[in-house]
Amino acid sequence: MLHATDLRKRYGTRTAVAGVSFSAAPGEIVGLLGPNGAGKSTTVAMICGLVSPDAGQVTIGGVRIDGDGSAVKRRIGLVPQDLALYEDLPALANLRLFGALYGVRGAALRARCAEALELVGLADRAGDKPKNFSGGMKRRLNLACALVHDPDLLLLDEPTTGVDPQSRNAIFDNLEALRRRGKTLVYTTHYMEEAERLCDRIVIVDHGKVVASDTLPGLLRLLPAAASIALTIDDSAAGRVDLAGLGQVPGVKTAAQNGSTVTVGVETLAAAAPPVLAWFAEQGLGLRHITSGQGTLEDVFLALTGRQLRD
Amino acid sequence: MQAMLALVRNDLRLYFSSRRALLMNILAPILIAAFFGSLFDSDASKGPLRIPIAVVDQDHGEVSTRVVAGMKSDTAFDIQELDEAAATALVKKGKVRASVVIPPGFGTQVVAAILDPERKPVIGVHYDPSQSMTLAVVNGLLVQHVFEGLAQAALGGAVGDELLSAARGKLAANPDIAPERRRQLLALVDDARRARSAAREAAAGAPSGAAASAVRLQLPFATREEAVTSGADVKYNSYAHSFAGMGVQFILFMGIDLGVGLLLARRLGLWKRLRAAPLSRAALIGARMASGAIIALVLLLIIYAAAMAFFGVRIEGSIAGFGAVALAFALLTASFGLLIAALGKTPEATRGLAVFVTLLLVMLSGAWVPSFVFPEWLQTASLFVPSRWAVDGLDAMTWRGLGLEAALAPVGVMLGFAAAFAALALWRFDWEE
Repeated sequence: MLHATDLRKRYGTRTAVAGVSFSAAPGEIVGLLGPNGAGKSTTVAMICGLVSPDAGQVTIGGVRIDGDGSAVKRRIGLVPQDLALYEDLPALANLRLFGALYGVRGAALRARCAEALELVGLADRAGDKPKNFSGGMKRRLNLACALVHDPDLLLLDEPTTGVDPQSRNAIFDNLEALRRRGKTLVYTTHYMEEAERLCDRIVIVDHGKVVASDTLPGLLRLLPAAASIALTIDDSAAGRVDLAGLGQVPGVKTAAQNGSTVTVGVETLAAAAPPVLAWFAEQGLGLRHITSGQGTLEDVFLALTGRQLRD
Repeated sequence: MQAMLALVRNDLRLYFSSRRALLMNILAPILIAAFFGSLFDSDASKGPLRIPIAVVDQDHGEVSTRVVAGMKSDTAFDIQELDEAAATALVKKGKVRASVVIPPGFGTQVVAAILDPERKPVIGVHYDPSQSMTLAVVNGLLVQHVFEGLAQAALGGAVGDELLSAARGKLAANPDIAPERRRQLLALVDDARRARSAAREAAAGAPSGAAASAVRLQLPFATREEAVTSGADVKYNSYAHSFAGMGVQFILFMGIDLGVGLLLARRLGLWKRLRAAPLSRAALIGARMASGAIIALVLLLIIYAAAMAFFGVRIEGSIAGFGAVALAFALLTASFGLLIAALGKTPEATRGLAVFVTLLLVMLSGAWVPSFVFPEWLQTASLFVPSRWAVDGLDAMTWRGLGLEAALAPVGVMLGFAAAFAALALWRFDWEE
């Protein structure tokens, strides 16, 4: 459905996007994950024709966007990061306008408006103005406005910014419903939890470039260790940790120390935890606190870029 | 086209559902135009405008008394006779426009000055500098009343005898006049003195009114004043001009709202969403132009409907011409709004600057004060101000009662400005998000 190939964009001396390529298939949610300023929004703007790329191309169903009035834009729905709503017009009037802009008319428009409102759970608020809505309701209406013309490709640019957890879950449910209907979704976010929950494939972007692109398990495999154990020892023992020796323990992939906390990367928690704990006991290192967890996208991003996702 | 119409409908719906916009763009111009119209209402049936003047007569002679009496009888003046300190104080307070001080010995000096211009008496005129336009009026009327007073005194009073005596003495003592010529001139003066004596004796036996009229001298002509309006017996309606001016001003303010609204839409992300739709740039901009022009046209028609219903304003000229001027001005307003959106950066800063520019345009258009009070260079410069043509065009089609041909120049100039504004806006418009 969507193919973005080697997209590039500069603003003066600043490079916003430096060769982004990815694709998205029908019934798939592709996440564009990266910190603020990574080039996600510019990439989305180029995909939907708001910004002309300096190089590269975008095709939707094999067709390039050819100018502002290009018919292929009818296949795209954009959910911008901002709440792009007419606050003084009722919700239904907002939908009718955006439907009309995409050429939907008459009975079809009425039916599409009702369906979009139903999907986002605002059918009973059709006559109310967005200025009287909560932030979450506005976000849902923002989504409905992008859906009213029944696009094949939905571009969502950080659509949950400033939304309470309940509304966020409602939006996720909507997006999963759309995926089941065979829509293609491109979801930009800097929240790894959202990408982990929603996306079938994740494209990690940093400094305008794709640094990794795969499914969540595939990305986690990029980590040197799939799981980790963090052990906090007595301060007095901090200088006695033999990290090289710890690295020889069966199942241990990496070992690092930060003050009194020792982080051990392991292949599997169940297999590696007992020998690691036994090693600490043998060394006479008293433990004060232990935590463990699976690898995350945050870890992947850190491993690939050396930076935290929210830096 | 369908999408463009949807955008236009949406803009109209948004605008006409806004109470603030309606209050600002309809009620405000009507109220202010009504106020200005009433200020400049010169309907004679409501009585003439009288200029408040203070007069200080420090001479109390025959001539000065007649001058003061003449001024008091003049319907153009509202005269208060005071001492000099009180008169000056009133000028300072702005209670009177000017004070006229007739100095001691004025009567004697003014008679002597007829034969010896080097010894003219000086009448002091103290005026309010904020009302300097009245100075010329006061001077003009002063000339009239001094001459009338002097002439009346010379013909009917002792001043005449003094004048003839002085003249006879000068003739007799002048060595440059030939003896025969001097004799003839002295005889002429003596005849005049005898004629004055005979007239006085005749007047003494007549009723007092007749005596007064026998020696009264007035201007040897009268004037017939006629306002040149749209037709005979059609009175000038000062509201017509004030509605043109205020209508133009507040509709241009609406144009500012139009441009700032676009900047706000851009900031809020609405513009981005509109641009994501399969709409050409021409359709997007065209929809804005069309909705702006329709709103401006509707506003102008509503304002004039109120002017006609409540203030007696009439389209005395060409109705088609009025429509053409209104349409051209509507397009001008829409393109002005577009230009603001193209050149503006932030809504806040743009609004302030645009209001300043609009007020300048309106001021130069003669909407606040008539353009004839401008310096000549400014009157010429104002021809390059599009709002001047709007006001002139509306004036021409309403109270001036001119035909369609008089609308052609304003319409042409406004359309030219509209095209230039639109072209500049499209050139400067930032399409990158």
